[in-house]
Amino acid sequence: MSRRWMYAAVEIAVPVAVFAVIWVWSAGSDVYYYPPLQDVLNTFKDTWLFERVGSDVGPSMLRLFIGYFLAVVVGVAGGVALGMSPLLRRIAAPVVEFLRAIPAPALLPFALLVLGVGNNSKIFVIAFVCLWPILLNAIDGVASVDPTLVDTGRVYRIPARDRLRSVVLPAAAPQIFAGMRTSLSLALILMVISEMVASSNGIGYFVLQSQRSFAIPEMWSGIILLGILGYLFNAVFLLLERRALAWHRGARAGSQ
Amino acid sequence: MSTAVASSSRAAPRWASRIGRWAQAWVGVIAILAFLELIVRVGIIPSRYFPPMTTTFGTLFEQLGQSSFWTAVLQTLQGWALGLGIAALIGIPLGMLIGANMLVYRGLRPIIEFLRPIPSVALIPLAILIYGTGMQSKVFLAAFASTWPLLIQSIYGVRDLDPVQRETAQSFRIPLKDRLLKVSLPGAIPYIATGLRISSATALVLAVTAELVIGAPGLGRSINTARAGGVPDLMYALTIATGLLGWLLNVALSKVEARALHWHPSHREVAR
Repeated sequence: MSRRWMYAAVEIAVPVAVFAVIWVWSAGSDVYYYPPLQDVLNTFKDTWLFERVGSDVGPSMLRLFIGYFLAVVVGVAGGVALGMSPLLRRIAAPVVEFLRAIPAPALLPFALLVLGVGNNSKIFVIAFVCLWPILLNAIDGVASVDPTLVDTGRVYRIPARDRLRSVVLPAAAPQIFAGMRTSLSLALILMVISEMVASSNGIGYFVLQSQRSFAIPEMWSGIILLGILGYLFNAVFLLLERRALAWHRGARAGSQ
Repeated sequence: MSTAVASSSRAAPRWASRIGRWAQAWVGVIAILAFLELIVRVGIIPSRYFPPMTTTFGTLFEQLGQSSFWTAVLQTLQGWALGLGIAALIGIPLGMLIGANMLVYRGLRPIIEFLRPIPSVALIPLAILIYGTGMQSKVFLAAFASTWPLLIQSIYGVRDLDPVQRETAQSFRIPLKDRLLKVSLPGAIPYIATGLRISSATALVLAVTAELVIGAPGLGRSINTARAGGVPDLMYALTIATGLLGWLLNVALSKVEARALHWHPSHREVAR
């Protein structure tokens, strides 16, 4: 028991200590690139609470979630189709392997050319990059559903639609969720890149613009905001996943 | 329908089924290329934005003969290799040290969990400020981004070591250095190999991003230049070349992994 307390104490104490060290260390800093932490946090408060939420954070989040949502819909639907048919899977495999290997930012010029500099090109790139982890995990998940489950469903003449909804999808859900979690952090990255290349608003635009106008505390505040967003996304997703898959973890723990 | 195909190919001789599989793999590729060619030729998509695939591939073959293309490829590969190398030198030893000690692991976990989701591209402005717009920025970004997967995979790899192995080594009082090198490292290697594959893709993405956003020389910058200069077929040709590069790196790493880990249970099935 005391060991567990010690671990918990360490888990809280070390980050606090690191924060304090950076605070003290940077307090008297006159290096231009590393302003005092206090200045950065003040700038953070002035900039992001809640001055620029409507003008930059809002549009960024909108693009991110539309792109992510599209990727989830296409990825799960495509993954189920490919997962159920080995023939389709063999035909699609080379195309998927190639498209997946294209570094997504390299598609940005293409998207700008065809879809213009507005929201559409950014949403396309975000959706494109998020698609692959979800698609591949869905294919794997659906293809590796226990055959006994599927056959049992067939023997009992459960209609194909119900079989898909109540047998195949739940069995593949843990893997699909793993893909969705990977994609969520990719979505944030591509959101930032797409806003840095051609944009007039958004968090990525703000950070790059601050650097170009040598507003260093503003730049750092944007970087910190992105870190907080990434951390929050991950935490919220884990919470949702734990809820959605409660039956799964429970079933596994029970069988052991 | 699919089961019918599977059973008929089982009955056919081995070479026939191999050709069948090979043909199936190409059917998809050819169908998509033909479709793209068709919609442009018919005029559904204006060829000003999207040249026909035959033109694009013609440009790609032309590029293959030019030294400027290969220079760009090498510059991108250089950023990828240096970034991945630095990430491996930092991520693997650090991850193994952190994973080997519970107290260190618990203390650093919140910090890693906070730093990891920071999109590495958020550091692009910082990289420009500190390293300028050349190779150094590219390597810094690629190394920063690809360190995390390696670090985390190494931590998991060490933590997932069979307790019997770990306790045996401990009770024989094998010194820490030998324990890390001879027990922990071989046990963690499959995890590290997976981390390397993830990191390799990440390093390439970040190298191309750096070229695209901050204009470091390489394929990414060539693509952007072709777009800005209004040469769409060159832009598409280079984009396809970048995809092929990523795919080749993937295949090469998987092959190396399968060969180097042939002794490991997770690869014995595949090797047959």
